[in-house]
Amino acid sequence: MDLDPVLLARLQFAFTVTFHIIFPAFTIGLSAYIATLEVMWLRTGRAHYHLLARFWTKIFAVSFAMGVVSGIVLSYQFGTNWSRFSMVVGNVVGPLIGYEVLTAFFLEATFLGVMLFGWNRVPPWLHVLATIVVAAGTLFSAFWILAANSWMQTPVGHEIRDGIVVPVDWLAIVFNPSFPYRLAHMVTAAYLTTSFVVLAVGARYLLAGRHLDEARTMLRMAVGFIVIVAPLQALIGDLHGLNTAKHQPIKVAAMEGHWDGSEPGDFHIVAWPNEKAERNDFAISIPKVASLLITHDPNGLFPGLKSVPPSDRPPVTLVFYAFRLMVLIGFAMIGTGLVGTWLWWRGRLFEARWFLRPAANVWWAGFVAVIAGWVVTESGRQPWLAHGILRTADAVSPVPAGSVLATLVLFVVVYGIIFSMGIYYINRLIHMGPMGHSILPSERGLPSRPLSAAEEAAREALGRD
Amino acid sequence: MEWYLPVIWAALIGVAVALYVILDGFDLGIGILFPAFREERHRDLMVNTVAPFWDGNETWLVLGGGGLLVAFPQAYAVLMPAMYLPIILMLLALVFRGVAFEFRWVARTSKVWWDRAFWLGSTLAGFFQGVILGGLIQGITVTNGQFAGGAFDWATRFSAMCGVAVVVGYALLGATWLLIRTEGEVSDRARELAKWLLLAVLGFMGLVSLWTPIASERIAQRWFSRPSILYLWPVPLVTALVAWACWRWLETGREVLPFLAAIGLFLLGYLGLVISWFPYLVPPSLTIWDTAAVPASQIFVLIGVAFLLPIIVGYFVFVYWLFRGKVREGEGYH
Repeated sequence: MDLDPVLLARLQFAFTVTFHIIFPAFTIGLSAYIATLEVMWLRTGRAHYHLLARFWTKIFAVSFAMGVVSGIVLSYQFGTNWSRFSMVVGNVVGPLIGYEVLTAFFLEATFLGVMLFGWNRVPPWLHVLATIVVAAGTLFSAFWILAANSWMQTPVGHEIRDGIVVPVDWLAIVFNPSFPYRLAHMVTAAYLTTSFVVLAVGARYLLAGRHLDEARTMLRMAVGFIVIVAPLQALIGDLHGLNTAKHQPIKVAAMEGHWDGSEPGDFHIVAWPNEKAERNDFAISIPKVASLLITHDPNGLFPGLKSVPPSDRPPVTLVFYAFRLMVLIGFAMIGTGLVGTWLWWRGRLFEARWFLRPAANVWWAGFVAVIAGWVVTESGRQPWLAHGILRTADAVSPVPAGSVLATLVLFVVVYGIIFSMGIYYINRLIHMGPMGHSILPSERGLPSRPLSAAEEAAREALGRD
Repeated sequence: MEWYLPVIWAALIGVAVALYVILDGFDLGIGILFPAFREERHRDLMVNTVAPFWDGNETWLVLGGGGLLVAFPQAYAVLMPAMYLPIILMLLALVFRGVAFEFRWVARTSKVWWDRAFWLGSTLAGFFQGVILGGLIQGITVTNGQFAGGAFDWATRFSAMCGVAVVVGYALLGATWLLIRTEGEVSDRARELAKWLLLAVLGFMGLVSLWTPIASERIAQRWFSRPSILYLWPVPLVTALVAWACWRWLETGREVLPFLAAIGLFLLGYLGLVISWFPYLVPPSLTIWDTAAVPASQIFVLIGVAFLLPIIVGYFVFVYWLFRGKVREGEGYH
């Protein structure tokens, strides 16, 4: 059998990075949510905020652990699988990741200890502070890794000497043209992802008639957040798309399935891009809408896929459908926010089972949208790894295909076990729900032994508390 | 190129790796020692001694690897493919170890399986770290600045022995850590184990020291020639002294000193490696200057390090201080 080492390295990285992004997409938002709950608890002194904060902290602990271990893998894979990438762009990408470690990883990892085990060790204000620090750490992390990724999409501020990229202007490198849009889009996506998980859990409790106080709070917070932020995300996404059209026009052509740049682009609701014949089969289209979206003029022209040779085009079908999936979920989110707010206004949010039932099952919406969005932007950058500088095929390590295949299989097996057990345990924690007794923010913490956040959940479940 | 920049970075990465080995060393050691502690309540107690710290401890590994990419991208790009399989196996072992920390508490019937995952993950992570070390001592085949060896160049008896040596060393760190953080049965058993582990560590240090000059002619030349023999000869002497002190402190029931002595042993071994190695980063061909990033990159992050590292150390110490003192068995079950 002839194995293609480039394809295998791509499959492996696609698998590990997709697996990883699930957890940051959740923990960025969840840490901010827990911090919000704790601040409300401090300000109002109401017990159910505290119960909710502790409940979500347990789920945070399990998710964060999976995010950490799968993230460490990535920081080594840049070298194990993409050593030419490290050689050619290491001077620029390395320092950005270095700053991520220095400003974010240590902060998160260290204060996580206080957040998970410090409930009885530190005064409430310090615990709230630790949670805010963890939430800020996740944002710093997003800042640097998205700066690195955005530079790979829209590289500026460097020059190339002897085939090696050398930094010239760090400010330009960090704040490269696509960075502000990508950062805003991703952070907002992470917050939306979490708000849909919170919405689903709240709806689940209401339907089951359990933890009603907490469920109402969760539902109100989630709906209120979604109705404002989901439309905002559509706006940010639109701006991000315009920025991409300017800097990576072929990616946008793939997103729209736009082959011929000499005519205005139609918006294809459904189509099967035929990469061999360079056209779309079975297209159902709205004329000129793609041009309207991208150039804000129905007769505006934007480059088509045919403007570059096939070897310079991304995999069109994948990008095309991933984009549609993301947009579809985005609009469904806006709809959810509007319907929820209308019900809230009518005073029926907590009773309308026709709304609660689907809401209880949409916890996955944000995750799928985030992954689809990353598929659009990463596959859409192909065949480049660093746009215009280094092709993916030239970036791979001199490692035999057999090694890559063997480790790919191992990754699939190990992550499969970890993921299914993780989901199972999180589901069980959700099933058990917020419980235990609250402490008032005015009480000073009492020293006790450090506990695993999850251990406490287990003790409560086993009734040994 | 400013010659001192790579030296500063090499020192920084050296410190990060040393901190990782010591800090995650005792975490991993706890896992490695699991089979010696059968009762669930003892295992819970052991895990609780490191639960608030392990994540921060493991971050030094990211700083080590990330630092290599920051400051020596060319070395990173050679070492990672050269050690492809042991690195990925180590990372997968760390995945199991890491999630087991949280999963074993939420698991009911499968807790015993996560205990096994914790033990196996810790042990294999330590083992492959030793294998990587052994592979580096043996040297890496490089042509035109790229890795040019085979997928299994690292897989020798020598590197396997280094793997076992690191596992035993971590177990000693773990056992002496338990003396500080626990009391009663767990502490007593840890003390007994620590003595055996100390002897084993000494045995392995001797074995590695004898085998290394045989496995690597380059290191043999360096060891037995002037002037390096002048710096080197005190290392085994001091090692013997520290080991003797460690033994005494174990015998006399001291709680903190044996751990510090175990750290001392690790640092001495590390020092021996540095003396044998410097200034090569990819032995035997590429030095820190051959593989360094451009000064603009090294300086850019160095500024961040100068400001941020003191802060990091500050809050790191704060969290250790916060969770100080003995962890008591069954304390949570009232």
